[in-house]
Amino acid sequence: MDEIWILGINMTKFGKHTDRDVVDLASEAVMAALADGGVTMADMGVMAAGNLMGSGGIGQQIQKQVGQTGIAVYNVSNACATGATALRTAIMSIKAGESDMGLAVGVEKLAGVGLLGGGGRAKKDGNEWEPQGRFGAVTSTDGRIGTDTMPGVFAQVGMEYGHKYGGADFELFAKISEKNHAHSTLNPLAAYSKRFTLEEIMGDMMIAYPNTRPMCSANCDGAAAAVVVSGEKLKTLSLEQQRRAVKVSASVLTSDPWQEACQVLPDVNTLTRNAAKTAYEQAGIGPEDLDLVELHDCFATAELVHYDNLGLCEEGGAVDFFNSGAPWRDGSLPVNVSGGLQSKGHPISATGIANIWEVCHHLRGEAGDRQIEGAKVGLAHVIGLGSACGIHILERSAA
Amino acid sequence: MADTSAPTRVPLVDYLVLDDGEPHLAANECTGCGARFFDRRNACAACFGTDFRRVKIATSGELRTFTIVAFAAPGVEVPFVSGVIDCDGTSVRANLRNVEPDADHVHTGMNVQLTTYSLGTDDHGTEAIGFAFEPI
Ligand SMILES: [Zn+2]
Repeated sequence: MDEIWILGINMTKFGKHTDRDVVDLASEAVMAALADGGVTMADMGVMAAGNLMGSGGIGQQIQKQVGQTGIAVYNVSNACATGATALRTAIMSIKAGESDMGLAVGVEKLAGVGLLGGGGRAKKDGNEWEPQGRFGAVTSTDGRIGTDTMPGVFAQVGMEYGHKYGGADFELFAKISEKNHAHSTLNPLAAYSKRFTLEEIMGDMMIAYPNTRPMCSANCDGAAAAVVVSGEKLKTLSLEQQRRAVKVSASVLTSDPWQEACQVLPDVNTLTRNAAKTAYEQAGIGPEDLDLVELHDCFATAELVHYDNLGLCEEGGAVDFFNSGAPWRDGSLPVNVSGGLQSKGHPISATGIANIWEVCHHLRGEAGDRQIEGAKVGLAHVIGLGSACGIHILERSAA
Repeated sequence: MADTSAPTRVPLVDYLVLDDGEPHLAANECTGCGARFFDRRNACAACFGTDFRRVKIATSGELRTFTIVAFAAPGVEVPFVSGVIDCDGTSVRANLRNVEPDADHVHTGMNVQLTTYSLGTDDHGTEAIGFAFEPI
């Protein structure tokens, strides 16, 4: 099987881009990723694009902005795993031998959108209890039969872990957020790069216990794009391109297999564990070989469970792993040195490529002030509810 | 002539059963593997079997996880406690009622039981009944 490499990659500044639309943002990332790889749209054999909140057909809209060559476009949609799905789609095309170079892009405008999930249908004007929908509900069930909001769903995910293994309380979750906000101060592309004290985090507005506002991912605008290339094709490119290329040692996408309760509270654990196992097998490495991890900390409560799901600690050992200091940037296995979704921001479809950009940045030794020295291997993880999990393992070029 | 018949009641959702003894929840259980679903399935998500039977869910259980929602969509009353209750092996999503919605009063592992409450009466005199769980 031929190898797959990231040839060029870029993310825009995450934040509020009032004067630019999704096509502008995506095109900025695409142009920069092509330039980073030393190629143009003429070299691309396939394109995959994701944008959840838009009107559809984002890939073709971007082509009209940066170059129309008639190649296949796959517009993908996979919740928060949309960016990773776009990347994996381009990778599959190369693996299938249909193209030797491909482009993946994810973009979102979310600044000021507010709470995601929840609400449901309003009671109709006629004031009549009328059963509707799959559950024959006579009115909206959000807030009456549990919560549909993301902060609430992921709060329960973290609290369930605490119930099973102990040691996870409000303060522990807030400390995870403290770490990520501290990390973000070194990331000029983060939407927010302000350090918070533990007291500030715990004292901020409660959204869904135990997640306060700074413990929730930041809705913002942003785009990220990547150019992938086959190993055979890479050999024909310049030595400089080969030196900066980053090897994709594993590319995995999973959905959740049936588990009791998975249709009551989303099970974000099983599919992540399955994806991690497959990814480590594909890459021929173990979690002990990783130099840094970017994982899907959509909420502080989620980060904890993924230490365990990704095998960064023993089963049930996520609290001890965190308390050891391991996931801080000067610890034994830095996690979310970008600041994570809580401070870097979470423009949904961009996230699954932006986290790969962060890892590549370190593997290339180009991360400046926040460089993890000597980083050779990194892992990027995203999960979208429903659910979809994407994991990529990346390795520095030996060239 | 005045209508003297008892006002009709309708459950918040169709898996809340009000007309068969004490109020309880019911699920569609796969006869092949026992997996339970609160709405309809073409085939079992666990074993792909297509034969289901209606089963009663235990009316008490243990709170396995929870959150206290303080910020919700417009029209949703806050704060409220949302949780997952292990009812004799079947996980149920529900709110907790009749307990202070704060972390001093709600904790995982607490024993809770099903309770019902009125959501109000519509213009035709029909009363909607919701369900929740409360501490035992
Ligand atoms: Zn079955």
